[in-house]
Amino acid sequence: MTGNLLNLAIWVPILAGLIVLATGGDQRAGLARWLALAGSLAGFLVTIPLYTQFDLTSAGMQFEVLAPWIESYNINYHLGVDGLSVLFVILNSFTTLLVVIAGWEVIKERVAQYMAAFLIMSGLINGAFAALDAILFYVFFEAMLIPMYLIIGVWGGPRRVYASIKFFLYTLMGSLLTLIAFIYLFMQTGSFEILAFYRVPLGMSAQVLLLVAFFFAFAVKVPMWPVHTWLPDAHVEAPTGGSMVLAAITLKLGAYGFLRFALPIAPDASREYAWVFVLLSLVAVVYIGAVALVQSDMKKLVAYSSISHMGFVTLGFFMFANGYLNQYAVVGAIALMVSHGFVSAAMFFCIGVMYDRVHSRKIADYGGVANKMPIFASFFMLFAMANAGLPGTAGFVGEFFVVLGAVQVNFWVAFAAASTLIFGAAYTLWMYKRVIFGEVANENVAELQDVNKREFLVLAILAVAVLGMGLYPKPLTDVTLQSVNHLIELAAQTKLQ
Amino acid sequence: MIPTSLNAWVATPEIFLLCSACIVLLFDLFVSESRKQVTYLLTLLVLALTAVLTIQSLQQGLMLAANGASPARYAFSNMYVADPVADFAKIGMVLGVALVLIYGRGYAQERGIFKGELFTLTLFSLLGMMVMASATNFLTLYVGLELLSLAIYALVAMPRNNVRSTEAAMKYFVLGALASGMLLYGLSMLYGATGSLDIYEVASRIIRGEANPMLVTFGTVFVVTGIGFKLGAVPFHMWVPDVYEGAPTLLAQLIGSAPKLAAFVFVLRLLGHGLAALGPDWGAMLIIMAVLSLVIGNLAAIAQKNIKRMLAYSTISHMGFVLLGFLVYNAVGYAASFFYVMTYVITAAASFGLLMLMSRSGFECENIDDFKGLNKRNPWYALMMLMVMFSMAGIPAFVGFFAKLSVLRALVGSGFTWLAIVAVVFSLIGAFYYLRVVKVMYFDEPEADAPVAVGNLDAQLILSANCLLLLALGVFPNQLLTALSYAVKLSMASAAGMMLQ
Repeated sequence: MTGNLLNLAIWVPILAGLIVLATGGDQRAGLARWLALAGSLAGFLVTIPLYTQFDLTSAGMQFEVLAPWIESYNINYHLGVDGLSVLFVILNSFTTLLVVIAGWEVIKERVAQYMAAFLIMSGLINGAFAALDAILFYVFFEAMLIPMYLIIGVWGGPRRVYASIKFFLYTLMGSLLTLIAFIYLFMQTGSFEILAFYRVPLGMSAQVLLLVAFFFAFAVKVPMWPVHTWLPDAHVEAPTGGSMVLAAITLKLGAYGFLRFALPIAPDASREYAWVFVLLSLVAVVYIGAVALVQSDMKKLVAYSSISHMGFVTLGFFMFANGYLNQYAVVGAIALMVSHGFVSAAMFFCIGVMYDRVHSRKIADYGGVANKMPIFASFFMLFAMANAGLPGTAGFVGEFFVVLGAVQVNFWVAFAAASTLIFGAAYTLWMYKRVIFGEVANENVAELQDVNKREFLVLAILAVAVLGMGLYPKPLTDVTLQSVNHLIELAAQTKLQ
Repeated sequence: MIPTSLNAWVATPEIFLLCSACIVLLFDLFVSESRKQVTYLLTLLVLALTAVLTIQSLQQGLMLAANGASPARYAFSNMYVADPVADFAKIGMVLGVALVLIYGRGYAQERGIFKGELFTLTLFSLLGMMVMASATNFLTLYVGLELLSLAIYALVAMPRNNVRSTEAAMKYFVLGALASGMLLYGLSMLYGATGSLDIYEVASRIIRGEANPMLVTFGTVFVVTGIGFKLGAVPFHMWVPDVYEGAPTLLAQLIGSAPKLAAFVFVLRLLGHGLAALGPDWGAMLIIMAVLSLVIGNLAAIAQKNIKRMLAYSTISHMGFVLLGFLVYNAVGYAASFFYVMTYVITAAASFGLLMLMSRSGFECENIDDFKGLNKRNPWYALMMLMVMFSMAGIPAFVGFFAKLSVLRALVGSGFTWLAIVAVVFSLIGAFYYLRVVKVMYFDEPEADAPVAVGNLDAQLILSANCLLLLALGVFPNQLLTALSYAVKLSMASAAGMMLQ
C-alpha cells in the first residue's frame, strides 16, 4: 500500500478531473461540484498517510515507485518524496480541496471544466513534487501550465488574455532551457535520474551554465526580481481559486526547484554565485515590499507581497557560511514556504469574498467593511497579521528562522532582510485599515452580507492551519530536518575534479 | 538485367498498389457520378490491403534482423530495397493517405471534387511515395519523386474553375519543376563524378577517393537545394504557404502529411547513406536551412490570420526541426528525425481533419477567427484542437514534446548545444501562435450561435481517435521510439554492408 501512495496522490485527482469533465455542460453543474468535492477530498485523504507514515529519521527518498517508462532513453517513472517535498504534496492536495469549496457557487459558467482543470492540475503538481526522474519532472512541470492557462484565460478578469499568455510564455521560456540542462546531464550520467545528477563530477563552467539554466526556470516560477512581472498580472486576472493555487503552490515549485536541482547539482557554482541570489532576493524583499505599499488594487498588493515573501525564501536557500548552508535559514525558508501557502491562499480567498460581493478589487472602493461583516473582518485580521509575520501566526516562524540564520552569516544581509517585517506590516495593515475600518464608505459596502457557511468553513480551516503552525511548528520542521541536513552536505561537496 | 536479381516479390506492396490503382481507374468509369461512394470504399480497401502487405514485409524484415541476417531485401538489381525503415515509413504513408480520404469525404462531396480522379491520383501519389521510400538508385528515386509530384500537381488543380486552386497548382508546379531540375542536375553531377547511379556504389567510390571531390561537392549543393524545395525549408519555402492556402484543404493535408515521410527516407538514403562521407559539408548547409526555417517559420506564423497559412509556416518550422535531427549525421539524429516526422504526420492529419470537418458547403473554415468561442459551441472539438495545438507547440503529455526532446537529445549528444538553444528559443516563439488558437477557442465569445458543422460520424470517430493518439503516444512513446530507432540502426548497418561489397 505505501508503495502506491504517491501514485494515488497523482492519479486520483487526475482521474477525478476526467470524470468531472465528462459530466459535460452546465445543466449538470451540481453533479460536477459534488464529484469535484469528492475527488478533491479523496485526493487529500490519500496524501495524509504520506505524513503519518513518514520516517523522520531518514534523509532518503520514501514511498518510492520505480518503473521503466521510456527504455530507449533510459527515462523512468520514478517517484519518491523526502522532507523537502512531502509537505508540498500534502499542502497542494489540501489547497485543491479548499479551491473546490471556494469556487462552489461563485463559478456559474462551465463549472465542470473549472473543477476538472483544478483537479487535473493538482495531480500534475503532485507529480512534479514527487518526480525523481528529470524528464518526468519536466513533463509534470510543463503540463500544469495548460490547466493554469485555461483557468486564467477562461474564468479570469478583463485583461485575462494578456495575463494568461504572458504567464504561459514566461514560464515556458524558463523551463525550456532547463530541458537542455537535463539533456546535458543525461549525456554525462547516462540516465535522467535526479539522484544520479547529484553524484556526477562537473567542471566549473558547466556548473555555471547549468545554474543559469536552472535560474531561468525556477527564478521565473518563484518569481525572483527581475523576472517577476508576470505574477501581478496573472494574480490580478486569475479567478480566486487560480490565485490561491498559484500563490500557495506553483510558486513553491520554483523554490523547490532550487533545493532539488540547483544546489545539489551545481554546488560549486551555487557557492560561488550565492551572492547573486542573495542580492536579487534582497531586492525582492525590499524593493518589491516598497512597491506593494503603493498598490491601489488589493490583489496586486498581495501579489507583490508574495514576491517579497518568496524573496525571503530564496534568501534562506543561499545563506552560505564557510561553504556550508545555514541550517536555520534553510529550515526557516521551507517553513515560510508552507506558511505562505496557507496565508497567501487565505488572503486571496478573503479578497475573493469581497470581490464576489462588490465586484471591485480597488482599495478605494471599500471602507468600513467591519461594520457590515464582523466575522469576516476578524478572520481577515488574523490572516493580515500572519502576512505581516506576527508572532503566534504561521508567518512568524519562517521569517524568524531565516533572519536568525542570516544574522549568523552576515549581519547586514539580515538587517536588510528584516526590513520585510516593517514593510510587510506596513502594506498589509495599511490596506486592512483602509478596507475594513472607518465609516461605511459607500452604498455597496452598506449592502454587504457577512460570510455564509461555505465561506466560513474555508476561513475557519485556514485559520486553524495558520494558528496551529504558528503556535506549534515542530511537526513541520521535524519532517524537513533530516533532508535539510542531507542537502547541506550535498551543497557543501565539491564536484570539481 | 539478370533474371535472378529481379526478385520482384520483394516489391509486392507496390506492385499490388499499382495494379489496384489501375483497376480503380477502370472500375470508376462504370460508376455513376452519384455513386462515387463505391469507388471511395474500394480505394479504402486497396489502402487497407496495401497496409497489410507492407506490415507483412516489415515482419519479414524484423524476423531476418532477429536471426542476425540483414533485413534489407533488394530487388530489380539493387534498384529497390525493402527494409524496416522503408516499411515503417510506408505504413505511416498509407495511414496518412487514408486519413486524407476519410476526413475529406464530406468536404470533397460538397465541393464537387469527389470524383474518380481524386482516388486514382491519390493512389498514384502514394505509389510514388512508396517507391521513393524504397529507392536505392538515383533513377528509382527520381521516378518515385516525379510520380508523387505529378499526381499532386494535377490534384491541386482539380477545382479547375477556382482561381485560388489553379494559382496554387501553377505555383506548385513551376517551383516543383524547378526543384526537380535542381535535384536532377545534382544527381547527374554525382553520376559524372562517380560513374554510378547506385547510392551505395556512389558512397563507396566517394569514400575510396575515386571521385572528383569538387564535382561531388557541387553535386551535393544542388541535391541539398532540391531537398530543401521538397521539404519546404527556408530559403526554398516560398511555395508552401501559397499552396496550403490555395489548395482545397483536403489536398493541403495530402501535401502536408504523408509525403514528408517519403522525403525523410529519401533524405536518409541520399544524404545519410549515399553522401555519408560528406556529412560535415551538407551538415553545415542543413544548419543554415534549419535555423532559417525555425526563424522564418515561427516568426511569419505569428502574423497569419488564415489558419491554413499559419499551419504552412508551422510546417516550415517543423521541417527545421527535422533538419536539425539530420545535421548531426549519425543514427541517433536520423532516428530522432524519423520519430519527429512520423508524429508530425499524425498531428498534421488531425489539424487539417478538424478544419475539413468544421467546413460545410459554402463555408470554408480557414480563418483563425472561425474558431472563436468553439469551446461554447462544441467543447469536444475545442478539446481536440487544443491537443493538436499543444502537441505542435511541444508541451508535454503530448507526443510533440517527445519529438522535440529526441531531436534536442541528438543535438546535445553531438555537441551542437548552441543549436539546441536556438531551437528551444524559437519553439518558445512558436508556442505563442499555437496558444493564440487556444485563446480564440476558449477565451473569446462565439460570433455566431449556429451549431458547428461536425462532419460525418465515421470521420468524427476516427478524428477523435487520431487526437487521442497524440496524448496516448505522449504518455507511452517508448514503443514507437524504440521501433523507429531500431529500424534506422538496421538501415545504417545494411547500408554500411552494401558499401563494403
